[in-house]
This record gives sequence, structure tokens and C-alpha cells, in this order.
Amino acid sequence: MTEFVAPEIDWLALAPLIVVLGAGVVGVLIEAFVPEKVRRTTQIVLALAALAGAFAFIAVLWPQIVVQPVQVVGGSLTLTPFALGAQGIIAVLAFLGVLVVADRTTTGQDAFAPAASAVPGTPYEDLARRSGLEQTEIYPLLLFAVGGMMLFASTDDLIVMFIALEVLSLPLYVLCATARRRRLLSQEAAAKYFLLGAFASALFIFGVALIYGFAGTVRLLEIAQRVQQGLPLEGMSVLLVSGVLLVVVGLLFKVGAVPFHAWTPDVYTGAPTPITGFMAACTKVAAVAALVEVLYRISIGVGGVSPDIMRQLQIVIVVVAILTMVVGTVVGMVQTDVKRLLAYSSIAHAGFLLVGIAGFNAPVQSSTLFYLLAYGLATIGAFAVVTLVRERRITSGTGEDNGPVGEGEGVVLGEATEIAQWAGLGRKAPWLTAAFALFLLSMAGIPLTAGFIAKFGAFTGATTGGLWWLAVLGVLASVVAVAFYVRVLVVMVFQKAPDEPESTGTEAVEAGLSTGSTSEDAVPTSGGAVSAGAAATLTKVRVTSAQRIVVTVVRSRGPAAVAIAVCAIATVILGVFPSPVLGLVEQASKFVP
Amino acid sequence: MDITNYVVLAAVLFAIGATTVLLRRNAIVVFMGVELMLNATNLAFVTFARMHGDLTGQVLAFFVMVVAAAEVVVGLAIIVTIFRTRRSASVDDVNLLRG
Repeated sequence: MTEFVAPEIDWLALAPLIVVLGAGVVGVLIEAFVPEKVRRTTQIVLALAALAGAFAFIAVLWPQIVVQPVQVVGGSLTLTPFALGAQGIIAVLAFLGVLVVADRTTTGQDAFAPAASAVPGTPYEDLARRSGLEQTEIYPLLLFAVGGMMLFASTDDLIVMFIALEVLSLPLYVLCATARRRRLLSQEAAAKYFLLGAFASALFIFGVALIYGFAGTVRLLEIAQRVQQGLPLEGMSVLLVSGVLLVVVGLLFKVGAVPFHAWTPDVYTGAPTPITGFMAACTKVAAVAALVEVLYRISIGVGGVSPDIMRQLQIVIVVVAILTMVVGTVVGMVQTDVKRLLAYSSIAHAGFLLVGIAGFNAPVQSSTLFYLLAYGLATIGAFAVVTLVRERRITSGTGEDNGPVGEGEGVVLGEATEIAQWAGLGRKAPWLTAAFALFLLSMAGIPLTAGFIAKFGAFTGATTGGLWWLAVLGVLASVVAVAFYVRVLVVMVFQKAPDEPESTGTEAVEAGLSTGSTSEDAVPTSGGAVSAGAAATLTKVRVTSAQRIVVTVVRSRGPAAVAIAVCAIATVILGVFPSPVLGLVEQASKFVP
Repeated sequence: MDITNYVVLAAVLFAIGATTVLLRRNAIVVFMGVELMLNATNLAFVTFARMHGDLTGQVLAFFVMVVAAAEVVVGLAIIVTIFRTRRSASVDDVNLLRG
């Protein structure tokens, strides 16, 4: 018998992950032991504290890691400046995301179902809503997802990457299904996300199996070494090539690149909006960081030995990048729903990121990090704005007692996500409109916003990699993308809100309110929601002839406003004085331990 | 018997699983396709572990099993929630989100 040797563990390097995942576990205990009155506050404080703590540990680690990257727990966690930078960005974006999630607005309701397991339209759901139940489990779920993302972005071991992929995905599947309103859409989004996500992770793990068959190890650096030794490359290279392809496909799915993007618009539309913002920003950071690590570490090995395989891999990435940009921008042009539009914008951004990555040279890693930060800030901010623009149903005659009433009359319903409904928002809420405009301009890459510097970096990466024509395509695509961002801006600022809101229900529905809510706050009608026609009725706002729908902006209770302000200020600062942050991410291009 | 046969079997099972996911319409059956893919992966891991003569692959198979179990929990919960609302587990009926 050999002696058991206790592994040496660098606890400080693990600290950011331990803080976040540990807080997730504590959050589960809070669900069990803390009285209901203070549970929500406790969860929010814990989540925010954990993310801030994780960021503090990352800041402490940074100077040390920049000088000397470390491998922790026998290489399961590889802390390079790039990985640590990605972790830091995830922590910051998740902090902002949790702020948006925590905001109940002046309506006193958050975006989540009082009892997510209740069947929409049943008396039980009604009871849960009336008794003010809240699903505070979302905060531990968010923390687990964040922990998974941070691990996903910083591991060298493909099997750890697979576990991290699941740790980040499973909570997100559940979170997608928890929307307070439009619950059928929300559940449908969760099902689509789950089935496609499970399929993608099965592809990923089979790819890992094939790579293991080729190299006899699942550590990326060791795989690169085995390839360099060139031992089994003759005849067996098919295992390596198909394995790497499957792994890359699994990652591209998470990134949301065409042709693996089909879930993105549906899931982004159906999920509760604060979760969409969180997911769009943080998952993208984690997935792109993991993709970069896999591609670059594999390319270290393959590039020297077999330039052919390397070129094929590059062609795959280039083709996917082109497809992603084209589909993202062209299909984005014709969207009429704000959340869908932002989803296609996120697909287009995946394309721009891939343009940078396709250059396969080291400086790209720092520009990729900057891009992810700029994109994430704009995305979380934009979705936070979407959570505040609501429909309000006004009943002529008596007031409503069904649900809390904000300032003014009527009942605040779900989000007004049709772009046409946003007409005249510039007058109703100038600051909010200005912030949203700023986020859109940053996504479009207009100078003096963070998006410009980010895109400049990504396209520079492609040109220094010798793919100048790809960079030109990227610039063209982003010019086209400007068109659809500007379209929204024109509607918001220059179009007048309909002066005379529609007086009948049918007209209101025609005005674009058809993506609807569930029975939440809606007029009780005869006919059970579980009946055959339930799917249709549950997705429309029901309005009677005495009612009309107007678009209103609810006031944030604070957290979301703070998040929007921070995102907006950071977007401007990163656009005007990018050098401090650029200097930081510059250090991140030291990549291999 | 040649050990590569097991690799071929794993690949065939994986392909059957993937085809199931892409072609079948019932969410539960689609999900079974995913499970088949994961089990094919396990077979591949174990076979390669034998080929290389190290234990890593066998350990990895356990990780995949745990993940598959966790996926079942979340996946079935979501599918059952939808079924209770709509009385249908067909992925064709889940079509409210389009465009």
C-alpha cells in the first residue's frame, strides 16, 4: 500500500470560488432556518456580500498571479491572469445582475413567480400570490451559477470544465422557468434551454472522451504536450480532430454562435428579464473565456506539429464568426420585441468576439476580456431598463383591488417589450431613455462608449492574425447592426406616444400587446386555464371594453437604478478613459502558466 | 475481441442518441436520447481507460454519471411543470416563442 499523500492546496487561489459557492450553500440553509420576514433581505445581502468578497479576493490575488500564474489542486484550477480577469468580470457583472434581480420596483413585486411550481391559472397560484409568497431560492441558484461560471472560465482540465458547465447551466435552466408573468413562455424557454443545453453538453463530453482516447489525459496543457511529441498523431488524429470539434461545438452553443444559436432568442425572451440580463452577460463571459482557453491551448500543441489541422480549426471558427455576425445583424433588423432584439444583438456580439478570437494571437486575449466587460455592462444595463418599462391596465370607472397599484391609477402588468410600445418614452422617462440609448450606442460601437474600444480591439486582433478581410466583414456587420439599434432609439425619442390610448380591448391587442401575461393580475374569466385553449388565453393580456393599456415606467426601489447608473457611468468611462482598464487587461495576455 | 469494437459501439450509441434528440418529438424521449449519449460517452471513457492502461477514464465515467443524474432531476422537473400546465410533453406544442 502506498501512503496517502494529502494534496497541497493553495486556499487563497481558491478563495473567490469558495466564497461564492459557500455562500450558495449557506443560502440554501437560510431557506430552511431564517424566518420568512427577513429571508429575502438576508439572501440579497449574502449574495451581494459574497460577490463583493469574491471580487476582493480576486483583487488581492491579481498582482501575484500576474507575476506567476499558479495551478491549484493538481491543475484542476489554473489561475492565469486571463482566467482571473474573467473571474473578476463575472463577479462584477453578477453583482450588478443581482442588484437588478433584487429590485421589487414601486409595485412591490419582483420578477419571479410566488410559487414557481404552481400551475399557471390555478387557485393555488392565486393563493400563493395573495399570501405574498416569494421564491427566494433564486439567490442561492444565482450564486451556484456564478460559481460554475467562474470555474468554467479558469480551468485547464476538460472534465472540471464539464462539471462547471453543468454547475452553471442547471441553475440557469431552473431560473428561466420562474417568471412571475408570461409563465407559459417562461416554462417553454426553460424546456428549450434545457433540452438543447443538455444536448450540447452531451456533445461536449463525448468530445472530451475522444480527446482522452487520443491523448490519455484531459488536461489541455498535457494534451498539447502529447500532440507536440507527435506520438500517436499518425492515424489517430481523427480522434483529436473530431474530439476538439465536438468540444468547440459544445462551447459555441453556450456562447450562442450560429448555427448553435437557436435557443438564444427564445430563452432570452421567455426568461424573467433580470435573469436574462444576468445570463446574457455572465454566461457569455464564462463561455468565451473557456472557448479561448481551449482553442489557444490546443493550438499551442497542434500549431507546431500539424499546421493542416490548425488551419482547419481556424476555418471553422472563421466560418462560424461570419455566420454569427450575419445572422445576428440581419435577423435582428426585423425584430419587433425589445428582448428578442437584444438577444439577436447578443448573437451578433458573439460573432464580433469570434472575429477577434479567430486571429489566434496572444494580445487578443486582453481585448477579448475588455470586449466582454463592455458588452456585459451594456447588456445588464439594457435589460435592467427593460424591467422598468411596464404595461398599465386602466379601468374606466372603479379602481382595481386586484394587485398593488403604483403611483397613478390602474394596475401595473408585465413588461412592455414591443418596440412600438416604447414610442414616446423619451418624454415619459428622459433619464431612463438616455441610459438605454447609451447602452445601445455602446453595443453599436459608437466612439466615446466602451463598445467602440472593445470592437476596435477585437478587429485589431483579426488583422494582426492576418485576417484583415474578416475584420472588414466585421466592420460592415457592425455598421448594419447600428441600423437596428438606431431604429429603437428613433422610436423612443422621436415618435410620439399615442396621444389617445386605445379605448377598446381589440385595438390595444393590435397595438402589439399580444405576447401577454399569464393570469397574473388579469381579469378572472370563466373557463379553467388548464383547459384546451389555455395556451392561447394564458399568453394574451385580457382586456375588456372598459379597459385600456398604457405604457408606463415604474420607479425602481433603488437597486436596479444603482445598477443602471453604474453600467452607464462605466460604459462612458471605459469609452473616454479606457487606458487604466486596458492596462489591467493587457497584463492578462500572459496566458499559459 | 478487439477493444476498438467498444469504441465503435460507443460511437454508434452516441449517434443513435443524437438522432433521437434531433428527430423525436416527445420531450421525455428527447431527454432519453441525451441520456443515451452520456452513457455512450461513459463506455468510450472506460474503453479508452483500458487502452491507455490508466484509471482516469474510469473515474471520469463516475463524474459523467453524477452529472447525468443531476440533469435528470432538473430536466424532469421542468418537463413535468410544462406537462401539468398543458397536458402534453410534445416539443411541437411548445411553440409560443417564435420569430
